[in-house]
Amino acid sequence: MSTTLFDSTLKVVNVGATSFKDDLEAQGVSVAQVAWTPPRAVSPELEAAMDTLSRPDIAAKIDAANQEVVERIISSHPVLVGYEKAIDVVPGMTKETILHAGPPVAWENMAGAMKGAITGALVFEGLADTIEAATELAASGKITFSPCHEHDCVGSMAGITSASMYMHVVKNKTYGNVSYTNLSEQLAKILRMGANDQSVIDRLVWMRDVFGPMLSEAMKIAGEIDLRMLLAQAIQMGDEDHNRNISGTLLLMQKLASHLVMTDFTNEQKKDVFAFIESSDYFSGPTWMAVAKNALDAGHGVKNSSIVTTMTRNGYEFGIRLSNWEGFRWFTGPAQVVVGPMMAGFKPEDSGLDIGDSAITETFGIGGFAMAAAPAIVPLIGGTVDSALDATKDMLEITTTTNPNITIPILDFRGLATGIDARKVVETGMLPLINTAIAHKDAGIGMIGAGLVNPPFECFESAIIALADAVTSD
Amino acid sequence: MTVAARISENTYVDSMSLMALSTRANDVDGVNQAMVGMGTDMNKQVIESVGLMTPEVQGAGRSDLITVVDLADGQDADEVFAAIDALRATGPGAGTGANASFRSLSQALREDEDSTLVVISVPGEHAAREAKSALQRDKHVMIFSDNVSLEDEIELKKTAHDKGLLVMGPDCGTAIINGKGLCFANAVRRGRIGVVAASGTGAQEVSVQIDALGGGISQLIGVGGRDLSADVGGIMMLDGLDVLAADEGTDVIVVLSKPPARSVKDAILERAARAGKPVVACFIGPSGSTGPLEQDGVTVVSTSRDAARTAVALDGTTLDGGSEVDLTGHDVASVRESFTSGQRYVRGLFCGGTVNDEVFYQLVAELDDVHSNVAGDPSTRLEPNGKSRAHSVVDFGSDEYTQGRPHPMIDPTVRAARLVEEAADPEVAVILLDFELGFGSNPDPVGAMLDAIEKAKATADEAQRPLEIIGYVLGTDGDSQNKARQTEQLHQAGVRTVSDVIELGALGAAYVREGRN
Repeated sequence: MSTTLFDSTLKVVNVGATSFKDDLEAQGVSVAQVAWTPPRAVSPELEAAMDTLSRPDIAAKIDAANQEVVERIISSHPVLVGYEKAIDVVPGMTKETILHAGPPVAWENMAGAMKGAITGALVFEGLADTIEAATELAASGKITFSPCHEHDCVGSMAGITSASMYMHVVKNKTYGNVSYTNLSEQLAKILRMGANDQSVIDRLVWMRDVFGPMLSEAMKIAGEIDLRMLLAQAIQMGDEDHNRNISGTLLLMQKLASHLVMTDFTNEQKKDVFAFIESSDYFSGPTWMAVAKNALDAGHGVKNSSIVTTMTRNGYEFGIRLSNWEGFRWFTGPAQVVVGPMMAGFKPEDSGLDIGDSAITETFGIGGFAMAAAPAIVPLIGGTVDSALDATKDMLEITTTTNPNITIPILDFRGLATGIDARKVVETGMLPLINTAIAHKDAGIGMIGAGLVNPPFECFESAIIALADAVTSD
Repeated sequence: MTVAARISENTYVDSMSLMALSTRANDVDGVNQAMVGMGTDMNKQVIESVGLMTPEVQGAGRSDLITVVDLADGQDADEVFAAIDALRATGPGAGTGANASFRSLSQALREDEDSTLVVISVPGEHAAREAKSALQRDKHVMIFSDNVSLEDEIELKKTAHDKGLLVMGPDCGTAIINGKGLCFANAVRRGRIGVVAASGTGAQEVSVQIDALGGGISQLIGVGGRDLSADVGGIMMLDGLDVLAADEGTDVIVVLSKPPARSVKDAILERAARAGKPVVACFIGPSGSTGPLEQDGVTVVSTSRDAARTAVALDGTTLDGGSEVDLTGHDVASVRESFTSGQRYVRGLFCGGTVNDEVFYQLVAELDDVHSNVAGDPSTRLEPNGKSRAHSVVDFGSDEYTQGRPHPMIDPTVRAARLVEEAADPEVAVILLDFELGFGSNPDPVGAMLDAIEKAKATADEAQRPLEIIGYVLGTDGDSQNKARQTEQLHQAGVRTVSDVIELGALGAAYVREGRN
């Protein structure tokens, strides 16, 4: 018996004490360090489910399904085709319907920011005269609350979407499905963050009467705008397009500008619209959410797949969907605390829990999954460019493949990590990394910071247990 | 409330950095609240809402940087602005230069495909899982961790054996592969003697003695202390023998272990006899130094000293002197006569487990009433964490002393306190100490004990007792701690030194043995 160990140059992977690595490096040995953490303790049910899923016949079935899902996600081609009022385009929308972020949630369990946004929206829609009256109405049962996701929509932060708000209309040129999301309100003290004073309502009215209609008319002239291409360019220009959208906003504005000037509005109104878009880099933030939703919906509903097609939060619970279940089977766990820098005057204890449909961006592979593309916002993850690179590489551990259509230059043009596999999340104990804004815990205040958050492990645990059951029962 | 604002015109910093900076600025002394941001409408709105608005802030443009603070009473604004500027200059991540590292072993193995060996030092209950995944990817494994279950050890070693891979450990402290020291190894000369060892400090001792005698190490494979138990059956010792037998860089093989189970011993000797090159089998045990014995073509010895000497001789080096320890130069008679009538005992306080064992067997061979905390026989075993009795040796690396604290080779605290305690015992004449050098060990093992040595000497002086402290420095001049420098420190502190473990035990016994010169 001879050994390969003596015939090749010693090259070590060190799992544990870093002093061993230092000693080896001092001797000129190349060492890769594993920053080891203890594995998560798993329940017997989960262990049994993982055993089932790792049976070769079942694993092969799941792998094949997952392959189909990622192919659908990657070959999706989302384009912007218009801006229209929710009541006119969103499936199932009524005047008394309020869409919200996250999985389903009852009024009494809603977070402060969501309640603030709902009451503001009811006043904006003329369904109540005051916030107090709106609060009473919201609790009365006369208003239908439903998740954005269940209406082909996504909504940033509280995600509150009412009948007369203008929506992006994003169409998948490959698969034909359509996705919607409302317009950015730009500032911090805004409806989606839970603020609802008169300045917030006034802005929504202007968006409904001037901003939305002008965008709508511009898109009728433009026809369509290729959002997949714009997103690919924006990522190469230093966005990750969840918290940093400056490049995406410039690119989108560049496409819209010539059409906006051709609309039948006054120069004064056009100037206001241009100034409003200029007032925040976030203008295109919702746009990329709709792109992500559009591609992921195309990958949803493939039997036996363990790929996560939705991650979303309502400030009370975090919910995911797996492609295996067509429709809306939610796996939930408690919403988590977002950790990150706070705006002046606010402290961590003021934070509401994790909220918004915007984690759809991470589900698709941008945002927290593409931190390496956006070194300018590494302060968000409290560290170095290296830590951003590591965080982005880490996400390959829990995903199925990479998306060659959207690449990250600094990682040698590696594609986005695509197709979160719930099996891998459970196996590695590594949770998806989401970067997101922080809303105040109380209604009526708004955004107070930004930071990082992980989903609760529970939703992946219950999804995997259910999947083991589903794949063996047919 | 004293609000002070400063507008830096045409100064751009991106918003995410500024939010992080604001958070840190809130912690500056003399600041009740701070906000640093560009003069955008959004930031002005935020500043307004927290009550820090001033006319300057109101007038700031979008390309101006606003720093606005609510100052504590009597706090100078310029000082605070300077402190915030200093924070901005350093940035949150400045100077960390974190190396890229991997989140999991599977990630590391995928991205670093040509690695050959995985070293595992995670808590024992998790080590087997990591080792399994390394073996799956066809990597050799060294498991430094202890507390791995026997079942896991057997399964891992069987898997490795079937795949032609090595599993060094669990509880393997020392290895030298291709001239590179792993975990607790010493900087020894590269040579043609291969070692496969079930004992960490035993392997260290044999390798430094070979080095001292002019020989060198081709490979040193550790297998962990349980490998030669009847349950594990010496799977890796046998495989280690085989790979060294096949290794063209190895001319002589040393096998090192405590006396194994009979069946395992037979298997090893049988395999050794077929190695095709000279094998020295060293089973460190109670027989003491009996000199080399030939058995089926294998040279069997029972001390690290004989193992090293025999191997070097087989490798073709002619050695001066015999295998007998020479104590001339240690003033045995005069030292013994200097002790007061009550001073009768020798106490050994050791970091190295095999050092402890070898000295114990030396003392047992020469003296009566010898005890140890790791003695197999309950009648000579010290209470856990208990006091010494008569002649005693204590292994400070055993579990009772290492629960929740670093190994004594790294952290001298427990042994240092015990040294002072022993020196105060009027029955103690001689104290024996070992100092392991090399990778992984304390950067200055003697230096770390000097205070305690001084105190021990002072305690004995006050009581007008001579106290003989004998130190053994296990290492080489190539070790970063440097053997010559460590030895010099001992001499300056009045500590006598010896040149190997066997001499340490022999001299300790000689100083307290009655009725012989």
